[in-house]
Amino acid sequence: MELTVWTYEGPPHVGAIRIAASMRDVHLVLHAPQGDTYADLLFTMIEREPSRPPVTYTTFQARDLGASTAELVLGTLRSAAERFRPQVLMVADSCTAELLQDQPGTLAQGAGLNVPVVPLEMAAYSRKENWGASETFFQLVRALLAKRVPPPGERYQRQPRDVPSVNIIGPSKLGFRCRDDVREIVSLLESVGVHVNVVAPLSASPTDLMRLPEADANVSLYPEVAAATCSWLARQFHQPTISTVPIGYGATRDFLAEVGETLGIDIDMTQFDDCRLPWYSRSIDSTYLTGKRAFVFGDATHVIAIAKVAQSEMGFEVVGVGTYSREMAREVRLVAKELGVDALITDNYLEVERAIESLKPEIVLGTQMERHTAKRLGIACAVISTPAHVQDYPARYSPQMGFEGANVLFDTFVHPLVMGLEEHLLNMFRDDFEFNDQAVPSHLGAGEGHASVAQSAEIVPINGVAWADCAQKELQKIPFFVRGKARRNTERFALDRGLTTIDVETLYEAKAHFGR
Amino acid sequence: MTAGVIACDPAEQQSPRWVTERGQRAVFCGLTSIVWLHRKIQDAFFLVVGSRTCAHLVQSAAGVMIFAEPRFATAVLQDRDLAGMADCHEELDRVVAEVLARRPNLKTLFLVGSCPSEVIKLDLDNAAARLRRQHKGSLRVVAYSGSGIETTFTQGEDSCLSALAHELPSSNVDQLLVVGTLADVIEDQFTRLFNAMGIANVAYFPGRQSEALPEVGAGTRVLLAQQYLGDTARVLTDRGCTLLEAPYPLGAEGTEAWVRAAAAAFDIDDTAVEMAVAAPKARAEKALRALRPELDGRTISFLPDSQLEVPLARFLQRECGMQPLEVATPFYDGRTLAGEQAWLPDGVNWFEGQDLDPALDRLRASRPDLTVCGLGIANPLEAEGLRTKWSIELVFSPIQGFDQAADLAELFARPLRREQQLEVGAWS
Repeated sequence: MELTVWTYEGPPHVGAIRIAASMRDVHLVLHAPQGDTYADLLFTMIEREPSRPPVTYTTFQARDLGASTAELVLGTLRSAAERFRPQVLMVADSCTAELLQDQPGTLAQGAGLNVPVVPLEMAAYSRKENWGASETFFQLVRALLAKRVPPPGERYQRQPRDVPSVNIIGPSKLGFRCRDDVREIVSLLESVGVHVNVVAPLSASPTDLMRLPEADANVSLYPEVAAATCSWLARQFHQPTISTVPIGYGATRDFLAEVGETLGIDIDMTQFDDCRLPWYSRSIDSTYLTGKRAFVFGDATHVIAIAKVAQSEMGFEVVGVGTYSREMAREVRLVAKELGVDALITDNYLEVERAIESLKPEIVLGTQMERHTAKRLGIACAVISTPAHVQDYPARYSPQMGFEGANVLFDTFVHPLVMGLEEHLLNMFRDDFEFNDQAVPSHLGAGEGHASVAQSAEIVPINGVAWADCAQKELQKIPFFVRGKARRNTERFALDRGLTTIDVETLYEAKAHFGR
Repeated sequence: MTAGVIACDPAEQQSPRWVTERGQRAVFCGLTSIVWLHRKIQDAFFLVVGSRTCAHLVQSAAGVMIFAEPRFATAVLQDRDLAGMADCHEELDRVVAEVLARRPNLKTLFLVGSCPSEVIKLDLDNAAARLRRQHKGSLRVVAYSGSGIETTFTQGEDSCLSALAHELPSSNVDQLLVVGTLADVIEDQFTRLFNAMGIANVAYFPGRQSEALPEVGAGTRVLLAQQYLGDTARVLTDRGCTLLEAPYPLGAEGTEAWVRAAAAAFDIDDTAVEMAVAAPKARAEKALRALRPELDGRTISFLPDSQLEVPLARFLQRECGMQPLEVATPFYDGRTLAGEQAWLPDGVNWFEGQDLDPALDRLRASRPDLTVCGLGIANPLEAEGLRTKWSIELVFSPIQGFDQAADLAELFARPLRREQQLEVGAWS
C-alpha cells in the first residue's frame, strides 16, 4: 500500500476515457462499480465539454457480485453497441472490475456484436492515467492497422504525394492546452508547406486512424501519450518520429529544423521574426527578471521545455526541476543535469512541497497542486502542466506551443511577479504600512497576501544565541528568499565568535564576512 | 442498459407508486461524503483503503481544494498487496503509523472501505480492533464502508455515522439528538430555537470534535436532519433511542413541522412553540414570497443523486409553486420518508434507482424548466438547452432551517434568472 494524499494522475482507465472522449465514433464500455462515473465530471466540468464522454459503465453493485456480473457486462455491451453505433467499441475494466476477472474484452469478442471490439488491459494496481491513455491509443491504432502492416522485409507503399506530410500524435482531452496547441502547430506546419495528414487522438475517428501510414513522418507532440504509438509506427511503417516538442521560441525553431531535416525541405526561418518573446525578454524593463529563482514541476513534456524557456528565454535561474512522469524520468534528469540542479522524480506532492519550501523560489511553474502550495507560501506561480483545473481551460486562444505559445508563456510567467520598479520600492520602504512585501503585486488585487513562510514567526534562540528585537526587525527587511540563509549565516558567525546576542551590527558584520 | 422495471414493495402501496430502475448510474459513491465529514469532525482522519481511483474521486469531488494538508488520504493498494506478496494488514499498520506520525493529535481514525477492499474481503473491522489495541485508548479507530458497490454519495455519511453510533456512550438522560451533518451556523440556530421552546438538552451527531460524543439511551429522542440516515437511525433505536417521525427541515413549513415533532416529544405546550417559531417563520415566509414569482409554475425534474430529492421536491412544490415532473432518488427508504408521505405532491413520476440513458431520453421528452442532477451531466444537459442545478451544491450549502429557506429557494431561482438575463448563447 502507498499513502496518497493528493494524486497527480488518475487511474489508467481515466486515460482510456480521455482517448475515447478525444475521438469521434468510438465508444468505451467500462466494467466499473457505481461511483466510477465521477470521471464524467473531469470532462464536463473541468474542460466544460458539452457532452458526456462516450462511455457506458456497467455499474455493478454488491448484489450483482453474488449473481453473474458477466451477464451484466454482456447486456451493457449489447445496449451500448445498439444505442451509440460506434465504428469501434473499446472494452476495459476499472480497478475493482479487474479483481472480478470477468474478462470483459474476451466476453465482447465472443458476444457476436456487429462492431469491431478493441479489448484493453489497464493494470490498475501498477499503472496510472498517462500510461492508460498511451496504452489505449496504441492498442486502438495497432488493432486498426494490423492488416496493413507490411510483411517482414517489405516496406509499406505510400500513395505518392506532391507535398510532404506528417501526422500530429498525442493531443487529447484533459491534456494541457491541447486544443490551442494543435491549431498553432497545424498552421505553423502549413505555413512551411507541410501537409497535416491526421491529428490524433483529438478529433480523429477510427477511419482517420486508418490513414496514419500515409504520412511521411509522425510528430510526437506529447510524448506521454504519443511515444509508444510513434515508435510502433516507425517500426512497422518506416515513419520517422519528429520528437522536438515546440514549446518556447528556441524549441519551436529546433522543431522546424527537425521537420525540415526529416522531410528533406528547406524552411526559411526569417518569416518567423515577428515572435515577440525575444524582444520582450531583451526589453530593458525585463532586466528585473534576471536570476529570478524558478522551480519547475509537472509532466515531463512541459517540464523539459519550460525549464529551458525559464532559463534561456526569460533569464530566470532554475533552482529545481521535477516530474511525476516516472516513465520519462531519464529525460528530465538530463535537463536537470544541464541546468546544474537535482531532478525531483516523485508523485508525492508533499515531497514537492518540501522541495519548494527549502529551495525558496520566487516563482513556481507547476501544476494546480503547486499553485496551491505556492499560494500558501506566498510565492508567485503559473500553471504549466496537468493536473489542471477549470481556469486552465481559458476561453481565449492560449497555446503553449509554437511562436504564439512563446508569447503566451512570456505573459504567463511575468504576470504573477512583482514588476521591476515596484520591487525596488518594496525593498526600499519595507515598513510602509500599505506597500510592503506582504502586499500582493499591485495589479493582482487584494486578498491573496503572503502567508506564513515568507514572514516566519518569532525567532527561537538556538545554541544560546538570541536575536535582539532590532536585529529581528532588520532581518525582516531582507528579501524572504535569502532571509533563511542570512539568518543561518549570522547565527554561525555569532556562535563562532562566542556572542550570546545578535544585534544589528552582528547582522551586517556577518553579511560582510560571508559576502567576501 | 435497461435491466427491467420492477414494481415496488407492496407494503408501500399506500404511498405514491415508486418505480425501480436498474442500469447505468451517474452518481458518486459513498467516499464522496468524506469531503464534508472531514471538515465537520475536526479531530478525525479518514483513511480510504482502496485504489488510485478512490483517491482521484475524492480529490475531483473536492475540486482540488488544497488549502492545507487534508485530513483524508488513500492507502492505495498495489499489485504486491493483491498478489499476496505483502500482508495487507501489516501494510495497513505501516500506513496508519505514517499518518499518525504526521498527525499526532488525531483522536479518531476512520478506516474507510472501498470497492476493491470489499471485493478482496479485506477485514477492516478486524484491522480497526487491532489498531485500537495498539494505541490503547488514545485513538478511536472505526471502520466503515464507503464503497460504490454498497453506498451512493450521501449514504457514505450514513455508513460512517452508523459505525460511530455503536461507539456512543450510554446514558438515559432526557435529550434531543439531531443526527446528520449540519453547518455550524445552522446548529447554533437550531439550538437557540429548541432552547427558546424549552428543550434545554440538545446534542448533535456528528459533533465538531469526535471526543465529545453524545451519550444515548432511553431518554434520547432522535430527529434526523437528513433522510439518508436510515442505518444510523436503526442503530440508535436499537440502543433505546426514540426516532421521531417528521418531515425534513427544508423550507419554512418543513422546519416548523420538524421542530414541532421535537416539541411534541418533550410535551412542550403550544404557546411556547408558537412564541419561539413565530418570528423566524415569518421571516422565512416573507423571504420566500419575494422569490416565489421566479419559481411559481415552473417545472422541475430530479435525477437521482443526493438522496435529498424527495423533501426538496415537496418544498419546491408546496412553498415555491413549482411542478415536479419526475423525482428519482438513489434508493427509497419508507421509514425515513414516513414524515414526508402526507405532503408528497400528486402527478409526479417517482423513481428509485437509475438507468441513465432512458432517464435522459425521458428528460429530453418532458423538457422541464429545471433539472437537478449530478455534476457530470449538468453541462451536457445545459448544452441540450435544459437548465440545471447541481445537486452537490445542495449538500455543501447551509439549506436547513427557517433562516435558510430563502437561500434554498435562491439556489433554484438563480439558474432561471440567469437564463432571463443572458443575451448570449441559447438555452431554449
